[in-house]
Amino acid sequence: MAHMNMVQAINSAMDIMMERDPRVVVLGEDVGYFGGVFRCTDGLQRKYGERRVIDTPIAEGGIVAAAIGMGVNGLKPVAEIQFADYIYPAFDQVVSELARLRYRSAGEFSAAVTIRTPCGGGIRGGQTHSQSPEGIFTHVSGIKVVMPSNPFDAKGLLISSIEDDDPVVFFEPKRIYNGPFDGDPHKPATPWTTHPKGEVPDGYFTVPIGKAELVRPGKDLTILAYGTMVHVAEAAVRLAAAGAPGLEPLAVDAEIIDVRTLAPLDVETVCESVCKTGRCVVVHEATRFSGYGAELVATVQEECFWHLQAPIQRVTGWDTPYPHAFEWEYFPGPQRVAAALHKVMKAA
Amino acid sequence: MTQRSRLHVPHPPARPGDRPDFSYVQISPAGAVPRPEVTTPAREMESLSVEMVRVLDDDQRATGPWNPHLEPEDLQVGLRHMVLTRIFDDRMQRMQRQGKTSFYMKSTGEEAVSVAAAMALRPGDMLFPAYRNQGLQVVRGRNLVDLMCQCLSNTRDMCKGRQMPVMYHSGTGNLFSISGNLATQFPQAVGWAMAAAIKGEDHIAATWTGEGSSAEADFHQALTFASVYGAPVILNIVNNQWAISTFQGFAGGEHSTFAARGPGYGMPGIRVDGNDFLAVYAVTQWAAERARKSAGATLVELVTYRAAAHSTSDDPSRYRPRDEWKAWPLGDPIDRLRKHLIDLGEWSAERHAALEKELETHVTACWKEAASYGTLTEGPRLDPATMFEDVYAKMPQHLVKQREELRELMETLKLTPEPSSTARDP
Repeated sequence: MAHMNMVQAINSAMDIMMERDPRVVVLGEDVGYFGGVFRCTDGLQRKYGERRVIDTPIAEGGIVAAAIGMGVNGLKPVAEIQFADYIYPAFDQVVSELARLRYRSAGEFSAAVTIRTPCGGGIRGGQTHSQSPEGIFTHVSGIKVVMPSNPFDAKGLLISSIEDDDPVVFFEPKRIYNGPFDGDPHKPATPWTTHPKGEVPDGYFTVPIGKAELVRPGKDLTILAYGTMVHVAEAAVRLAAAGAPGLEPLAVDAEIIDVRTLAPLDVETVCESVCKTGRCVVVHEATRFSGYGAELVATVQEECFWHLQAPIQRVTGWDTPYPHAFEWEYFPGPQRVAAALHKVMKAA
Repeated sequence: MTQRSRLHVPHPPARPGDRPDFSYVQISPAGAVPRPEVTTPAREMESLSVEMVRVLDDDQRATGPWNPHLEPEDLQVGLRHMVLTRIFDDRMQRMQRQGKTSFYMKSTGEEAVSVAAAMALRPGDMLFPAYRNQGLQVVRGRNLVDLMCQCLSNTRDMCKGRQMPVMYHSGTGNLFSISGNLATQFPQAVGWAMAAAIKGEDHIAATWTGEGSSAEADFHQALTFASVYGAPVILNIVNNQWAISTFQGFAGGEHSTFAARGPGYGMPGIRVDGNDFLAVYAVTQWAAERARKSAGATLVELVTYRAAAHSTSDDPSRYRPRDEWKAWPLGDPIDRLRKHLIDLGEWSAERHAALEKELETHVTACWKEAASYGTLTEGPRLDPATMFEDVYAKMPQHLVKQREELRELMETLKLTPEPSSTARDP
């Protein structure tokens, strides 16, 4: 075991897979000599050479299309899109090609491409370096969508993604690359060394795609979250218990589930929890309208309707682009989540 | 024996610790490249795309058919704009380092690319800048306080706190809103130019992108549309050698010039010394005349060097020699124009020093005023509830509701984090 931050864990996953499987190649903008703008591919080119860790032109459509071609020709490409906000030039290649290749060729062709991309706000990135477009991709049949919330899961899930026979879009919440973030930008940064999930095995291990994780057991309500919002949800539970301006202290035993793999969704874990608690709050950073939360709410409603004691609450980013100056009013922080806990507990 | 293919991987000539090597930059002597009539068919001008239009020689004297014969007063204005751009950049970089805002991108060493081009165009021509074209804003007379307020996301920010620094716009100044996504403005400029042609106007469009971004599909779509419709547009590639850590070879510059893509799409491509104010002016003027005469679009490659980091988030010493800028064979655009003017007897070291001092004072005064309207980190800012405006022309009901929810939360939960205070009315 070693202490790793998320960058190191992601780096380690690629390192191990390149070591184990000569078919694995890494490609993207600035990923080679430079080691990536967030350092996720640091050292890989020195170790595996510039024909397996490939710097590319600035052309996201080209990166994904080339990865598809490589995948068809027997390689296992791990493509980095530098920011999720820059993935749209590749949208056609993901949606019309990568996602459907197996289907349209009746299984004769496929490309096991993993697309890694940093997402989410909290770094003053404005509307072009802060987006969380996971819901756009979970809407597409044929691709899997993953978003880890900690170094352990990041490594295990990335290894699973690279090994998977299907294409995976792997979202990396950049605000928690270097430490868990509870939603308060004024607190000093906390490193991953302080978090149990910052302990990561050095070697090969997997975290299965399609399994959610119980982060905190509880009996009164269920919070469904993923990525950065898992930490915000934990902070919200503490904040609700302690009370805050405008929030009476709330004695509530909340269960928190890290959804972790958005597609396929672990319906069993999610719904077992909500059937038990009877109350549910869904939290994500992405915009609300047609967001991934709507899928979670619909699934919970279908599976848990007769157990529900209150309307399900959603706490999300507002339905606007991510504004540079109002980042912390946009970001669904612990106060907003705590207010939703009150609301869901108040309802009869 | 079987022959196997092997992946070619471009390599920059120098990495950190190496001696800078720009022997790959093919440079024509000043005055050596002919200046064809603007109506010459593209296929008869292909050599323009591989040679390099230069006017200022090694002694910074103007020579050859591309000399635009500008009046000394115009040259002095150009020099002033370039010096102002550089001082502005330095000030804004310091402001970011002092934590007043999140981010900045300098254009140091590339000032002529924007300043000379903007001066060669008419005020009614529409400009679609990339994010390192602040010289366009300066020439178009934008108030520096306005630019600074945008970078500070404060109460007078033209973008109302929504965009990262340097993403300016000006409707009245005919400067299109800058995007953080790369090369998207290239085909949009073509569309604007097509509209001008549809409406029968004589305004043209001009747009800029980096050589790195020319790999994006948008670039190629722009060239196709511009060529198909003979759109009155100037398409500028600013080849500053580096796209963050990736040298120009990764954008396709290893085997061909960027200007040479023009003839491939059926339009002229002109390669120009981007640090030669006179050459940039002359080529822009030529391409503008071509566009206005319905002779079609022109692709211009401006060969320059990104002397500064990509942005305040970048550390170029990790991927290129520290002193590479000093070895750049096309020099510094400000130094070159200054020497040219001194040689003409129209400038002096004293006047230059006085100009720098005057502009430093001006920029400092602008900075003080801009900061008085707030900074990103210390406020005041606009009312955060303004974030719901302009998502649509008319605010739909769900956003009205969300805006109310935010106001309520801010009131009851004290949502706005300290120390930023807010002001409702700028």
